[in-house]
Amino acid sequence: MKGPAILLRIIAALVALGLAALALPLHDVVAVPVFLALVPALALIRSAKGGLIVALAALAVMAGPGLVTFAPLPDEAGTLPMLRGLLPVLLVWLLLWLAVESLAALAPASPLLRRVLAVAIPLIFGATILWLWEALVAILGVSPVILPPPSAIAARFATSLPVLWGDFVQTVVKGALSGYVMGCGAAVLAAVAVDRSTFLQRGLLPVGNFVAALPIVGIAPILVMWFGFDWQSKAAVVVVMVFFPMLVNTVEGLKASDAMQRDLMATYGAGYWQSLWKLRLPAAMPFIFNGLKICTTLALIGAIVAEFFGSPTQGMGFRISTEVGRLGLDMVWSEIAVAALAGSAFYAVVAVVEKGVTFWHPSQRGR
Amino acid sequence: MRSVLPVLTVIAAILLIWYVAAVGMNAQWARDQAARAGVEIGWSEIAVDAMRQERPVLPAPHQVALEFWRLTWTEEVEGRRGIVQSGSLSNRSLVYHALVTLSATGLGFLIGAGFGILLAIGIVHNRAMDRGVMPWAIASQTIPIVAIAPMIIVVLNSVGVSGVLPKAVIAAYLSFFPVVVGMVKGLRSPDAMQTDLLRTYNAGAMQGLGKLRFPASMPYLFASLKVGVAASLVGTIVAELPLGGAGLGTRLLAGSYYGQTIQIWATLIAAALLAAAMVGAVGMVQRVTLRRMGMAR
Repeated sequence: MKGPAILLRIIAALVALGLAALALPLHDVVAVPVFLALVPALALIRSAKGGLIVALAALAVMAGPGLVTFAPLPDEAGTLPMLRGLLPVLLVWLLLWLAVESLAALAPASPLLRRVLAVAIPLIFGATILWLWEALVAILGVSPVILPPPSAIAARFATSLPVLWGDFVQTVVKGALSGYVMGCGAAVLAAVAVDRSTFLQRGLLPVGNFVAALPIVGIAPILVMWFGFDWQSKAAVVVVMVFFPMLVNTVEGLKASDAMQRDLMATYGAGYWQSLWKLRLPAAMPFIFNGLKICTTLALIGAIVAEFFGSPTQGMGFRISTEVGRLGLDMVWSEIAVAALAGSAFYAVVAVVEKGVTFWHPSQRGR
Repeated sequence: MRSVLPVLTVIAAILLIWYVAAVGMNAQWARDQAARAGVEIGWSEIAVDAMRQERPVLPAPHQVALEFWRLTWTEEVEGRRGIVQSGSLSNRSLVYHALVTLSATGLGFLIGAGFGILLAIGIVHNRAMDRGVMPWAIASQTIPIVAIAPMIIVVLNSVGVSGVLPKAVIAAYLSFFPVVVGMVKGLRSPDAMQTDLLRTYNAGAMQGLGKLRFPASMPYLFASLKVGVAASLVGTIVAELPLGGAGLGTRLLAGSYYGQTIQIWATLIAAALLAAAMVGAVGMVQRVTLRRMGMAR
């Protein structure tokens, strides 16, 4: 470890100690010695063998007293009590960060442990953020109308599952998925159609790149006028949004096979369609999947935004805009959680299919 | 330059399809009008009528172009409230609304790109940030964040934060992640040979950043800035939807409320021109910078 890194860590430890001295005695007598012992331990013990145990112990200890410490002082107003509540929270978060850091510094020999760590570190970090959110909302007395704590959102999520499921089906399955399939399918077919003419390709690529950079969501009000309020208009918006990014990627991909490979096909006497099917489409797959992945997010955005311009009394965009009006922010955040889950799952499915289809590509090897 | 002719051909084809579609989609209205008047009309009359309806289902390209001209040049130069006669931009002109949108987008883009570069530097230099924060930065790309932009706006408004800032927050958020991801890739792009050379020079982390990593990341930075600026414009327009007042997004919603299809299309043209201008501006900075750094291709 280099000089500046150690210096930074010592400064962090000193700051944490200072905060502890300022804040902790007012709250929790049990936690103080533990914290006092842990701060320098976390900051300085970073050997691969001891590090994991120290980090895990730290996480376990934080989870206990850490949760207790942030309890706000009741019936006290003003800056001083707020500061007293705030300091331990920031301290605990700093410690959690140090724990995450010592976890990240580990390089275990076993590949299994390494994979577990690769998943666990971001999850732990996310958990610390959620905890910080919860604590800050409680201490600063943020009104639930502005920012509800994660626990309230989780409770609302759990109690309104049927509504969320209905919205999910209306927006994601009917609107986004159907539009995604139609738009991407049409774009691939169009790319194959223009593929035979370099003239068309040279014309379409700049136009397609230009259109892909435009704020296409703007046509949502027009398409809602044309196709009505139900899912058809949302699917139409999605079709238009995904078409050009997909087209550009597929056209690029169809050019990806190199001259040697095409020559080989020619020596086999393969016709246009045979070489398209056996060589150029498979070679285009990395590009096609790149487009498909970009389009997953675009599809969800299109479907949700289109609902702001008119929708049946169901759907994620509809729910978000009406619940904002009724100040039901916990419901809005639940919908956001659904959108995030749906978006990540959608992306993950495409990525898994990609892994199976383009197993030969260098970017998929060695993982 | 050899692609000028193909591009023009494709644009001409798009315009042709647009005209045919305009006639086809507006025909019903023309026929209804004729039936009400008790006359038979043929396709030639329908085609003529489809080109000059007031609220067509799909306005013809020249109608959109005329409306765009009327809402920009005519409104500002000849209109009573235009900049020539009143000294300030007319609130009916698209120039005014585009400037409002541009200011929010520009501010948000600067904030987002700045924070993105800082976070990328942190991620490259700190293992914990790399392993803890980077997965979230990548995962956040799959979350349809624009869709919740109006909510954030309404909430910020209810706290008392209004004006250009809430829109800029959305724009910043959207341009933030492309810049982070691109910049991390760029800062890591120097190969082992180059970093080894710096080590033999006994260069510290900061020197390595300033002399090797940052210059090497420029092509990646500009590529992601282009994506980011387009994304932040989308964010601003969507963020303007729930707000009254000014901005291209507000004009879109107003047009959709009152069925002013031609106005919606003219607004879309304005948004497209704005996007093209912003991406073009980033591209110009890119060309100048890369040429001066000797990296031009």
